[in-house]
Amino acid sequence: MSTIRTVDPPPGASGAGGRKSARTRPRKPRGATGTKRTWRQALRRDWQLYSLAVLPLVFFAVFRYLPMIGNIIAFRRYHPGGSMFGDEWVGWRYFKLFWHDPSFWHVFTNTLVMGVLTLIVCFPMPIVLALLLNEVRSRKFKRLVQSVSYLPHFLSTVIVAGVVMQFLAADGPVNQALHHLGHKDILFIQQPGWFRSIYVSSELWQTVGWGTILYLAALTTIDDNLYEAARIDGANRWRQTWHVTLPGIRPTMVTLLILNIGTFMAVGFEKILLLYNPLTYPTADVVSTYLYRMGVVSNNFSYAAAIGLFESLIGLVLIVSANRISRRTVGTSLW
Amino acid sequence: MVTLDTSAIIDKTPPPAATGIRTSRGYRVFQVVNTVILLGVVVVTLYPIVNIVARSFSGDGYIRSGKVNLWPRGFNLTTYKAVMTNAMFWTDYRNTVVYTVVATVVAMVLTTCYAYVLSKKDLRGRGVLVGVAVFTMFFSGGLIPNYVLVTTLGLKNSVWAIALPNAISVFNLLVMKAFFEGLPQELEEAAAIDGLSTYGTLWRVVLPLSKAVLATMVLFYAVSFWNSWFTAFLYMDHSDLMPVTVYLRNLIAGATNATSVGFSEADATAVGANIQAVTIVLTTLPILVVYPFVQRYFVSGVTLGAVKG
Repeated sequence: MSTIRTVDPPPGASGAGGRKSARTRPRKPRGATGTKRTWRQALRRDWQLYSLAVLPLVFFAVFRYLPMIGNIIAFRRYHPGGSMFGDEWVGWRYFKLFWHDPSFWHVFTNTLVMGVLTLIVCFPMPIVLALLLNEVRSRKFKRLVQSVSYLPHFLSTVIVAGVVMQFLAADGPVNQALHHLGHKDILFIQQPGWFRSIYVSSELWQTVGWGTILYLAALTTIDDNLYEAARIDGANRWRQTWHVTLPGIRPTMVTLLILNIGTFMAVGFEKILLLYNPLTYPTADVVSTYLYRMGVVSNNFSYAAAIGLFESLIGLVLIVSANRISRRTVGTSLW
Repeated sequence: MVTLDTSAIIDKTPPPAATGIRTSRGYRVFQVVNTVILLGVVVVTLYPIVNIVARSFSGDGYIRSGKVNLWPRGFNLTTYKAVMTNAMFWTDYRNTVVYTVVATVVAMVLTTCYAYVLSKKDLRGRGVLVGVAVFTMFFSGGLIPNYVLVTTLGLKNSVWAIALPNAISVFNLLVMKAFFEGLPQELEEAAAIDGLSTYGTLWRVVLPLSKAVLATMVLFYAVSFWNSWFTAFLYMDHSDLMPVTVYLRNLIAGATNATSVGFSEADATAVGANIQAVTIVLTTLPILVVYPFVQRYFVSGVTLGAVKG
């Protein structure tokens, strides 16, 4: 148990209050001392309710919290087939290894670039699309655009990757168009220079429509009187949008921005894994794909776990700080 | 009271200033431009999909010389026949159905139970129970420890490797919790007075009232399991255990080499250049068929989750 304790604090300690209890509770549900009587009463009255929570709690303990503890193999040597918590302490060895590994910093840079590009393109576009949809007078047309633009969200990543590859293939529509313009074929999928554009546009294709839903829902909650008042004050359409609509959906924007920042490090792992190949590694390889190859493919589990832990901690720090900044500046926060 | 009111998003969005006090010339121009832009969105979204469908019905010669765009050329069903007589395709398709059903059932049972518990506002320790779930949205063990765990538990090469590690989606959990919280408490109190246990109340009173949210959740889970490929790719060692998404993945990764997905050498040369397109169409078909009918459930689920999420 002592080994478990040592790795426990970092994730919990860096979070906000309430975290710590959340992490220790599943192992000892009756651990709260000082309020024994009320706990006993609660258990007597609601034991059936608590019993319904048992299986879900086992799920969270085994498949969510145990892997967090399993990150200890980043500090211990792990042999496939051995204990899942590793065999012997090696300290910061694996961290030093990747810290001095130029390929790690290469994929780290790629991750940042890809994350920033995705954020810049895929975060604002749903807002723009939602605002445009909001101006549509014809319900039928609006519904058509919505139904069609939601569709890619329901397709498997494999399908999306397949569609992208066919679309950009030598005999696909894009190269057909290039032919008509008298241009030579471009083998998009094999050129590192094209990868980021392909990834970001396919991401946009897949997410932009679905991303409008929450904004459209937020738009319906804006009080019509505000528009009325703005008109009386002489505001034209553009100024109404700027002074009424945008502030109205700001909480939604901020919330989604925080969530996007939180998943920044995990950029489209599955899709990149499907779309990239050794030729495009120079731009396409990101932290998550790199650690997948290091760990699962090459069996360097401890090394990959160290990278993974580093990645998760950055993700946690990003979302916690984004949340904190947002709470201080605009007053919206996730917790 | 939270209700599943999709129409609020799809129908009732009032265009600001719909009363049209002043429809300036600039605004009319904007309306035209806006329509054109949105039509553009529709075209760009559908174009690649229509191209795949056209390709799947086209002849080899037309495809290889880059002449298939939005309409099939040299119409034929040769590749469809080849794929549909491929034993491995059907094995993997059946796997997809089995995995989806099992994983969805497990997920629904666990999610419903926990969401119901979390919806009881006066329950002692509720905050902690919510925290246990929500924290996992922001911090996860990561790929490697999960892989090691599933391997250590001996779940590899079984349906449980897919069903158990993804049994509760916290987002779905919060959607259900929000819905249960919106149900009138009086009904449950009445049920308790009539002598129903907590289990009885949940089963006979709460769930029958929650059909809409249950349907939404089943769809959320089913679609995500149907579409998933990486879990199976990671934990299944044999090609006859793979879901059809991995079958397609191998086809894409192997370029035009159909032997990688169970075609014999002789058959592999016979299948057309459009084998990927055909497989994409056959894999997506179930989703495309049900999509128009279930779309509004999804929209309502997402907005309901956002209330609390």
